Amino acid sequence: MAKLHVATTINGEPMEFLCDPGQSLLDALRGTLGLTGTKEGCGTGDCGACSITLDGRLVCSCLMLAAEAEGREIATIEGMAAGEDLHPLQQKFLEMAALQCGICTPGMLIAARNLLERNPDPTETEVRFWLAGNLCRCTGYDKIVRAVMETAEEMRGAAR
Amino acid sequence: MNVISNKWIGQRTIRPDGADKVTGRAAYGADTVMPGMIWARVLRSPHAHARILRIDTSKAEALPGVKAVMTAKDVVEFPLDKSVMLGIQDMRWMCRNVMAREKALFHGHPVAAVAATTEAIAAEACALIEVEYEVLPWVIEIEDAIKPDAPILHDFIKLDGKPSNIAGKLEHKLGDVDAGFAQADVVIEREFKTRPVHQGYIESHACLVSVSPDGKATIWSSSQGQFMVRAMSAYLTGIPQSDIRAIPAEIGGGFGGKTIIYLEPLALILARKSGRPVKMIMSREEVFRASGPTSGSMSKVKIGATKDGKIVAAQGTFYLQAGALPGSPIRGAAGCAFAPYDIPNVHSLGFDVVSNRSKVAAYRAPGAPIGAYAVECVVDEIAEALKMDPLELRLKNAAKQGTKAAHGPVYPRIGFVETIEAALAHPHYKAPLGKHQGRGVASGFWFNAGGESSAQVNVTEDGNVVVTTGHPDIGGSRASTANITAELLGIDYKRVSVLIGDTATIGYSNLTGGSRVTFASAMVVTQSTEKVITTLRERAAKIWKIDPEAVTWDDGEARPAGDNAGKFPALTLAEIAAKASETGGPIGAGVQLNTAGAEGGFATHVCDVEVDLDLGIVRVLRYTSFQDVGRAIHPSYVEGQMQGGAAQGIGWALSEEYIYDKKGRVDNASFLDYRMPVCSDLPMLDTVIIEVPNPKHPQGVRGVGEVPLVPPLAAVSNAVYNALGRRFYSLPMSPPRVLEVLEGA
Repeated sequence: MAKLHVATTINGEPMEFLCDPGQSLLDALRGTLGLTGTKEGCGTGDCGACSITLDGRLVCSCLMLAAEAEGREIATIEGMAAGEDLHPLQQKFLEMAALQCGICTPGMLIAARNLLERNPDPTETEVRFWLAGNLCRCTGYDKIVRAVMETAEEMRGAAR
Repeated sequence: MNVISNKWIGQRTIRPDGADKVTGRAAYGADTVMPGMIWARVLRSPHAHARILRIDTSKAEALPGVKAVMTAKDVVEFPLDKSVMLGIQDMRWMCRNVMAREKALFHGHPVAAVAATTEAIAAEACALIEVEYEVLPWVIEIEDAIKPDAPILHDFIKLDGKPSNIAGKLEHKLGDVDAGFAQADVVIEREFKTRPVHQGYIESHACLVSVSPDGKATIWSSSQGQFMVRAMSAYLTGIPQSDIRAIPAEIGGGFGGKTIIYLEPLALILARKSGRPVKMIMSREEVFRASGPTSGSMSKVKIGATKDGKIVAAQGTFYLQAGALPGSPIRGAAGCAFAPYDIPNVHSLGFDVVSNRSKVAAYRAPGAPIGAYAVECVVDEIAEALKMDPLELRLKNAAKQGTKAAHGPVYPRIGFVETIEAALAHPHYKAPLGKHQGRGVASGFWFNAGGESSAQVNVTEDGNVVVTTGHPDIGGSRASTANITAELLGIDYKRVSVLIGDTATIGYSNLTGGSRVTFASAMVVTQSTEKVITTLRERAAKIWKIDPEAVTWDDGEARPAGDNAGKFPALTLAEIAAKASETGGPIGAGVQLNTAGAEGGFATHVCDVEVDLDLGIVRVLRYTSFQDVGRAIHPSYVEGQMQGGAAQGIGWALSEEYIYDKKGRVDNASFLDYRMPVCSDLPMLDTVIIEVPNPKHPQGVRGVGEVPLVPPLAAVSNAVYNALGRRFYSLPMSPPRVLEVLEGA
């Protein structure tokens, strides 16, 4: 079958690519576009390693067709830092050792940023349920939850 | 032990690989490409047990886009009658695991592989391969596999002269258990079962392999040991090790499951046949069906104690599933089970049982959680029978310096007692509990390991430092290496870059496993850095034209000492580096060692649970781990190991298990149905680091990574008992099982 032409916006940049009709957005990001920061852990929407935002909504890019990106705004881990300036969540994850192997980290950061955009003052329970779709096998989540809570507090302080 | 100023050791520095990992730059197994790269897929057995009569690959080969097809005949065969060991793996079994040879031994066992221009064509070609099978009776569970009339997997495995599924046995004996039990006032004997659980790394197995026309091969893959990848790939393909360069990708979790290979030799063979670089990635379903897991088990443990609480005899029998080919971790189960205690009479026996499941792989303290689960639950029952506090009972019987362990050693200075004392003194242990809530404790031991390691420490021309070691960094070991190097050299840790070398650029280093990496790296990095410091002193002496013995290295600079003190201005690392060429050439040193002195690690865990009586859900409310780590080079990553192990143990205890259908197929091969703890399942996981320095290590390090998975199974079980007054002797205590037990009450 002929490839489809897709025009989309990724991390603020207009992008065009060709995809197979059955290709997942994850596959197009990692393969066609070379944006390998978004990870694949399962391909069935169970692990959250491929988390991105689509028009500001958190989605598993493995569960979405690449063709569905037409005209949408996509944000991936590659766009989270502004040049050398890490996002406060990225910085806090490093300071608090909220990663071990790091494979879940891009998805975890995208999900956490999306939470803080919606809810700048989440409770521990809210953080835990928001991140429940992002599997981490290394950390037991403790340092991740603490890092998200502390970042939220710092960002609230900075916003004041 | 060195005198250490502690400027960097013990600091929570930013890990050298951190920025790459939070920005998506870090390259894992699936993250690279090569020009002209093609894709391969594996055809897997649809049967749990079947003889392979015929394989016809002609239709697959004829499909446009297909570049190469392989079967077992392309893999080097290791005859069944002669063991060829590579680390803990026997190549007889490895050559049959990566590709089914005489028989398909489990559902999902590779039968053939195809490389094609796209993954879709490779998959389509796999479906065109015709395999004629003679389906054989199969067996999944241990209790069925050890029955006299069980279907036999391997005719050549014999027990008492008859074909058997019991492939191996291991026995530890100390004293006289019969005499010991005769002295006991209380004797408790129980039987336990655990289910196989998967390591659950989020990164699937993946590799990219290229073979040049001159036969030189490059392997890019995610593993717990690039040298293991090189050696096993060489064995299975016949390519000399010197012609294989194995490059370690960043590893997205392993937990033991990546101490073995599945894809690399297949990709090598396909790359050699096709002349194209070949990329392979396992689907999550394939990971569940055909890689790992750790053993399911059946155990019986009997412990006897006198009425004043002295354990006088202990006996354990542990049957562990090996999967389809021999090699379950019976050493960990039978060896670690009673190791925390000073017991005069011990008999511990392990059996390795094959059945039609995927071959087990190491999983964090392999076997030890299985042994500890049974023993620590029985110890809890002994405490109850004696009306003693369960921690006090453990304290009374705790192994210490001089204790002779059943598995062999007489312990040097160890910190087990300290873990129990810390737990007893901790507010967690005294906190009030509510309705349907309970508290459990358990302890655990892991051997830890030394072994071969290499390091190279080079001073750059501008006076900074690059350290290369040979073990994949699975959880922050580069940060520890940076801390140690900075400490010894007296420079800012940011001036130290730490890299993991590939097999062509650093000397042989054994696996990242056995809790050995920080222990062993620290040793080779310390010796290398000390050599560099000697050279730096020599160079300063040369510049000053004085004796090197009259130069000290302090705080990152060479200083004249003794009679010359104060005669010359100190020379910094950068100043000496700038003059390296004229004072004798490049400055650097490498050390290769077979490290020894990795003494055992101990932990004690305290767990609170609440049981939902309507839904059967057990929720962990509070969890605290107390562990002797020797010395925490980077406390955050030490805590991370403790927390990660506790979380995996909670999953093993409460929700994780392999479920097989009636045809011998895994029925829950996905993250949806194989239920690992998610963020909302867990509370904060508190940690108490105890530092009783290992006297045999320059910084006092003990292995940290594996002990944390040893106590949780029993800690959670004992907590559930404390909440419900009903004991479970089988894991997981998942909601259906909890309800079954409650309704049976």
